[in-house]
Amino acid sequence: MNRYYWILGGFAALVALLAIGLGLNPRDVPSPLVGKPAPTFNLPILATPDKTLGPKDMQGKVWLLNVWASWCVSCRAEHPVLVDFSKKVDVPLIGLNYKEVRGDGGFDMSKMSAEDEKKLAFQRANTWLTQHGDPYKLTVMDLDGRVGIDYGVYGVPETYVIDKAGIIRMKHTGPISPDVLGNKIMPLLAELNK
Amino acid sequence: MNLRSLSITLVFAIFMGSTAAIASSTTEAAIAADPVAEKRLQHLSEELRCLVCQNQNIADSNAELAQDLRREIRGMIQTGKTDKEIIDFMVTRYGDFVLYRPPVKGITLLLWGGPIALLLLGLFALQRYLRQRARRMAEDRPLSAAEAGRADALLKEGDTK
Repeated sequence: MNRYYWILGGFAALVALLAIGLGLNPRDVPSPLVGKPAPTFNLPILATPDKTLGPKDMQGKVWLLNVWASWCVSCRAEHPVLVDFSKKVDVPLIGLNYKEVRGDGGFDMSKMSAEDEKKLAFQRANTWLTQHGDPYKLTVMDLDGRVGIDYGVYGVPETYVIDKAGIIRMKHTGPISPDVLGNKIMPLLAELNK
Repeated sequence: MNLRSLSITLVFAIFMGSTAAIASSTTEAAIAADPVAEKRLQHLSEELRCLVCQNQNIADSNAELAQDLRREIRGMIQTGKTDKEIIDFMVTRYGDFVLYRPPVKGITLLLWGGPIALLLLGLFALQRYLRQRARRMAEDRPLSAAEAGRADALLKEGDTK
């Protein structure tokens, strides 16, 4: 009899383990960048293409970097949350537009010149922000996704919380829900801004 | 090998070879002139997981990120980076998760040591079981005359009822 309890117990433990495993999100890959300085970049600003912005310019401020693109469907779901955030909270939100034209998949990039790509990307990004509202203090344009690689971007939208010293304190992959914003991001911002 | 199976094998090999060639020529426009570099790229990208389609490596995946990363690796090979530097580049950005062979360290100890621990546990349990069984067998002995008589009586009693 005793033996059967053992088998039953082992089985129950296995079921519990698998149940926990099923509940985890395989997309939620822990970023090794948390706790490290935000990778540097120097990208053209959407509103003023002849000027550039980098993490250095944000030194001394707690800020958010939100990776987006007009072709990204989840970004559309997240956008109202960001617009609402920008109206209520005084924390600079910087947009990183990720592969606006290349990432779309609808263009044959071998037939497009760099100049045309740039023009089209700026135009598309501007249109999208006019249509859906612009929560960003500034948006910078990462046309070829090179900066995205430095930030370990693998699924747009992604959001980084960066502290006054330029250290990444949190990364959120996927759209920000009001729940994530209220329960995770806001408390962290309050703590960092103390 | 007879002629029939040989010819089937050959046709199959040619078919596989040609589809692979078509696939790589259409998806990868840039073909490196240096076969050694290309081989390194192939080797490295087989070791790295694609984060978009998580059960494919960067060599197999056609996701855009995988293409970008292959381009990135190709660039690093051209600038003379070592394999270790390239792997480190990936790990600092995407974490140990990109490695199909995660390194042995504190957090992966259970992953690497788990199977060995389970094997040892199993061996221990088996040894215990065998010992107990041997002891039980040693305790088995033929019935004494009195015991045999009692057993017979009990069996008979069962029959008559």
